[in-house]
Amino acid sequence: MENTHHTGGHAAAHAEEHSFDKKAIWRTFWILLIITIVELVLAILHFSTGFPPKLLLNGTFIILTLAKAFYIIAEFMHLRHEIRNMIMTIAVPALLFIWFIAAFLWDGDSYRNLRNRYDPYHKEQSMPKKAPEHEGAKPGELH
Amino acid sequence: MMWYFLMSDAFTFGAFLISYGTVRFSSNSWPDPNYVFRSFPVIGEMDIPLAFVSLMTFILIMSSVTMVLAVAAGHANDKKGVIKWMLWTILGGLAFLGCQAWEWTHLYHQGAWWGRNPFDNIDGTAASTNFTNFFFTITGFHGFHVFSGVIINIIMLIMTIKGVFERRGHYLMIEKAGLYWHFVDLVWVFVFTCFYLL
Repeated sequence: MENTHHTGGHAAAHAEEHSFDKKAIWRTFWILLIITIVELVLAILHFSTGFPPKLLLNGTFIILTLAKAFYIIAEFMHLRHEIRNMIMTIAVPALLFIWFIAAFLWDGDSYRNLRNRYDPYHKEQSMPKKAPEHEGAKPGELH
Repeated sequence: MMWYFLMSDAFTFGAFLISYGTVRFSSNSWPDPNYVFRSFPVIGEMDIPLAFVSLMTFILIMSSVTMVLAVAAGHANDKKGVIKWMLWTILGGLAFLGCQAWEWTHLYHQGAWWGRNPFDNIDGTAASTNFTNFFFTITGFHGFHVFSGVIINIIMLIMTIKGVFERRGHYLMIEKAGLYWHFVDLVWVFVFTCFYLL
């Protein structure tokens, strides 16, 4: 399994024979399937009992998703068995996503806070404490 | 080269999903996916949420496995094996597209479409159309990728049957098509998490 091609160049990377281990493929499949089932069970559990708190649940989902992504890229897309420089040219730009995601989600949160602070109408419309009989109130109507 | 195309495609999908995340973070509330996606064909409304989309996920992972097996058969210069596994992969892709078509049709009949959102937020307030807009755009974009993947796979299958790769001496093209196909699976993993679980 751990055949890294330190010596071979591009040609050698494609020439090796035993690179596809059928057992490893099926093992990856089972891992992916089990992770998906676990995610599903957690989602249903939360839906029916509310047991894992939403924040914890979402953290778990994200970790499990990244695990699945790792297995698909490493085994199915075979990246783990490529030459090291190849791995790096893919992995390093992908790290940009961390910044990308953090920055934008932060921005989204900031939009929400700004809007709630400066647009009381928006806040009133989108907050649950509003009495139910106002549900059908027309936008702009005074009450 | 395929890897670098996939990188750029990853950033396109990433941009979509992150803009979805941004809008979701900027909203005070959001519809509950467990409530929205609770239907199954024939059986109708079920108490078990997400069952159908799990089936779709399973189909896509399964077709990814058959694709790896096709690539492995290509490595062994086993033409029959490549044809067999490519056929299964194409079948899986078509099954996934069929499921998605059903899901879209069902949501459409429930009143959801671009610009229309019949589902209330989880806290009972009226939801904006952001939810459906993002849902249909991103799953549509992914579905289109699956569709092109199926077309590419069909072309690869025809070329294999005609013996193009056999004469060439290697099945590298199958490998490249395989990379694209796994990427589609990979994106689905993220779409599944972002829309159906979180």
